[in-house]
Amino acid sequence: MVQLPHFLTVSALLFAAGVFAVVTRRNAVALLMGVELMLNAANLNFAAFSRFSHNSLDGQIFAMLSIVTAAAEVAVALAIVLNIYRNIETIDADQAGDLRG
Amino acid sequence: MNAYDLAFYLLAAMALVGAAITVLSRRLVYAAFSLLLAFLGVAGLYALLAADFLAIAQVVVYVGGILVLLLFGVMLTHRIYDTTLKSVRVQPLLGGLVAAGIAILLISVAWNTPWNTTHEIAAEPTTAKIGEAFMKHYVFPFEFVSLILLVALIGAALIGRSRTPGSGNGR
Repeated sequence: MVQLPHFLTVSALLFAAGVFAVVTRRNAVALLMGVELMLNAANLNFAAFSRFSHNSLDGQIFAMLSIVTAAAEVAVALAIVLNIYRNIETIDADQAGDLRG
Repeated sequence: MNAYDLAFYLLAAMALVGAAITVLSRRLVYAAFSLLLAFLGVAGLYALLAADFLAIAQVVVYVGGILVLLLFGVMLTHRIYDTTLKSVRVQPLLGGLVAAGIAILLISVAWNTPWNTTHEIAAEPTTAKIGEAFMKHYVFPFEFVSLILLVALIGAALIGRSRTPGSGNGR
């Protein structure tokens, strides 16, 4: 019988995949993909806890707000990435260090 | 094993395989398209969790919006002749250790904590209830997040537009 820990396990593995992408990738768009995976893992946790604890909708509503925030985040991040590409002709996260003191 | 469990394992495998290809593939276009698999798997898991509205929102926003934006990002940030769209990977061993440590920690917490769960709740449609909650109890977060979305999208359009000389605005 599939219970709460099964969903939490899937979520943990998704989160770890996102962390791996963020740690090992250097392409800015690939970093964003890792962040999206982590956000999905968190939303899955919200939905799972909402389902298995007293059937309240609070978790689902929190996940909805989180999805909206993720959409805003990815739009702004891609605008910044495109601007970086226009200015320094690369989106390697290690080379975009012009502001470093 | 009943149909629910089978569906869970299939959708979980779909999501995790998609995530793995996203993380490991060296070609960014493959990574973006396997992210589609991961998002759809998570949407199916939402449906299994009786969150039908959330599942549809996941498909519409993530697959229809965010993924298309990411693909545009992949396409627009490479030169035309750079057809392979490779992505370098740094520190795979250290990163793998960190990710494995986080996964082991989270999974052990998930299985060893005595969660205060309730069983056997009949699934029912949530759309009407979510709408009502957004209009009554959660009306302030709802309006606030709409404002965030509006401001962020205006900011993104402003940052992302190409600045042609003589376009004014003092920029």
